[in-house]
Amino acid sequence: MAVTLDDVWHIAALARLGLTDERARSLVAELNTILEHMDVLSKIDTTEIDGLAGGGASGLPLRPDIGPPIPLARERETFAPSMRDGFFLVPRLSTHEDPEAAS
Amino acid sequence: MTPADRRGALGVLSAAELRDSVANGEVSPRTAADASLDRASEVRAWRDGLNILLYEDHDDVHRQANEVAVRREGGDVGPLAGVPVIVKDNIATTALPTSCGSRILEGYVSPFDATVVRRLRDAGAIIVAKSNMDEFGMGSSTENSAFGPAKNPLAPTRVPGGSSGGSAASVAVGIARIALGSETGGSVRQPAAFCGVVGVKPTYGRVSRYGLVAFASSLDQVGVFGRSVDDAALGLQTIAGLDPLDSTSVAEPVAAYRGAARGSMSGVVIGRPKEYFPADLDPRIREKCDAALEALRSLGAEIRDVSLPHTDLAVQVYYIVAPAEASSNLARFDGVRYGLRIEGDGLRGMYEATRSSGFGPEVTRRILLGTYVLSAGYYDAYYRKAQQVRALIKRDFANVFKSGVHLLFTPTTPTPAFELGAKSDPYEMYLSDIFTCTANLAGVPAMSLPIGRVDGLPVGGQLMASHFEERQMFAAAFALERQLGAGAHQ
Repeated sequence: MAVTLDDVWHIAALARLGLTDERARSLVAELNTILEHMDVLSKIDTTEIDGLAGGGASGLPLRPDIGPPIPLARERETFAPSMRDGFFLVPRLSTHEDPEAAS
Repeated sequence: MTPADRRGALGVLSAAELRDSVANGEVSPRTAADASLDRASEVRAWRDGLNILLYEDHDDVHRQANEVAVRREGGDVGPLAGVPVIVKDNIATTALPTSCGSRILEGYVSPFDATVVRRLRDAGAIIVAKSNMDEFGMGSSTENSAFGPAKNPLAPTRVPGGSSGGSAASVAVGIARIALGSETGGSVRQPAAFCGVVGVKPTYGRVSRYGLVAFASSLDQVGVFGRSVDDAALGLQTIAGLDPLDSTSVAEPVAAYRGAARGSMSGVVIGRPKEYFPADLDPRIREKCDAALEALRSLGAEIRDVSLPHTDLAVQVYYIVAPAEASSNLARFDGVRYGLRIEGDGLRGMYEATRSSGFGPEVTRRILLGTYVLSAGYYDAYYRKAQQVRALIKRDFANVFKSGVHLLFTPTTPTPAFELGAKSDPYEMYLSDIFTCTANLAGVPAMSLPIGRVDGLPVGGQLMASHFEERQMFAAAFALERQLGAGAHQ
């Protein structure tokens, strides 16, 4: 299951990472070298294992889907890159019309 | 009091002794804090800095010291009153930045304190500085910090280990007796071994992770460094316990780890897993481990050869599971709510420009690796398979502990601290975690303590226990530390 250059562009797009052509080519080799070491896992018999392992002693504990309020020492405006009226501002999605042009 | 006087008076005190001196008025919190700041300044000027601390605020340190003094006057003396503590840069603090060693969070100051930081403050500790680390905890040498590599204070051409290298080095060099780090695959124990200090990874769920910036959520734990076993025990005792803000923390009672010291190890069975002593293990490290096991035997422990047969698959499992979880956790760093933002072509362009500029090469590599093993067509072959093999690794530990073995003893690392720049192949670097990542995969507690030196470089011995059996682990560590004496640092 060798990683191809197309795979690298695909996963970079999924991960929202921009890459140069040179870096993408280098990552093909790097990821393949790492994944070669992982191939040994395919030879291990895990047919008797049901489900996935977690870190805890007895699975993940559950709690009610509510939490206590988290007091913040400073306003979001002090650390957000861009805010207005309590909302985070982001660049407009290309699929959205300019509301002023639409009105 | 001059800086030299302060250091002379305080440098030899354990954390508990310093606390007692503060409690009875022999030492003021301000003097204790200044001794730590003096040492940090001295180290910065010494040997080109070592680059082990990222952020300090002397005014805030003095404000904290004054608060401790006021509390003491009112009869409120916490278990860490006046004790300076260093905190890894991925643990949230309101008074100092939390950048995770990354450009993407450079200058970010958290609006809340991590629960572990709050518990330290409640106990009277003084947070002195944030320490250098591999970016987002991804590394075993602290060379992957966006703010430059940290150096090992015992051999400055070598790495201090990682990813909590700055915290380990801070304790080794005497800036503080206690420091916080975090573990995903050995990031406390490995640097503890390389720097000749004690490092503890508690059971998964033992310590709150609220405010620990997530790397791999099924593996991450906050850990503690100490100059001695007692320092580490005091530190862990202070931060352990259920936290309603972290649903993975567990309501198991916290034992008195400091009270675990025993003179005899009679009745304790210590397993020596053969997979951690391969034929090609550095013979000098094997010799130090054998001497440590002999010391435990001389105290009455029974040493038993055991097997953890899936150990040789742990690095492969770890380097699928951890990047997979990281690829999800690090999706939040997108330039919208906090940290760096680089404008690009529309929203998607902003995401890509921000993340590409903000993340370093190793973080980028692991995000892509994690995205790949989770993507359609590869999930079953990599991620599901790795999780199934992880279950086998957990079962190995369960079987050994069920067989009557109380503790396991192994080397912490296959080699002593290596030279800066020596490991350029990512997978070669990943192998640095070969003896430590098993405990993270199984969720069991583990710790490293000094057991001697090879060519002047510290060697760590690792103790592992069953879930929530930290007290038994500390009992053996206290006994071994006492039995080895000065030999632990020779």
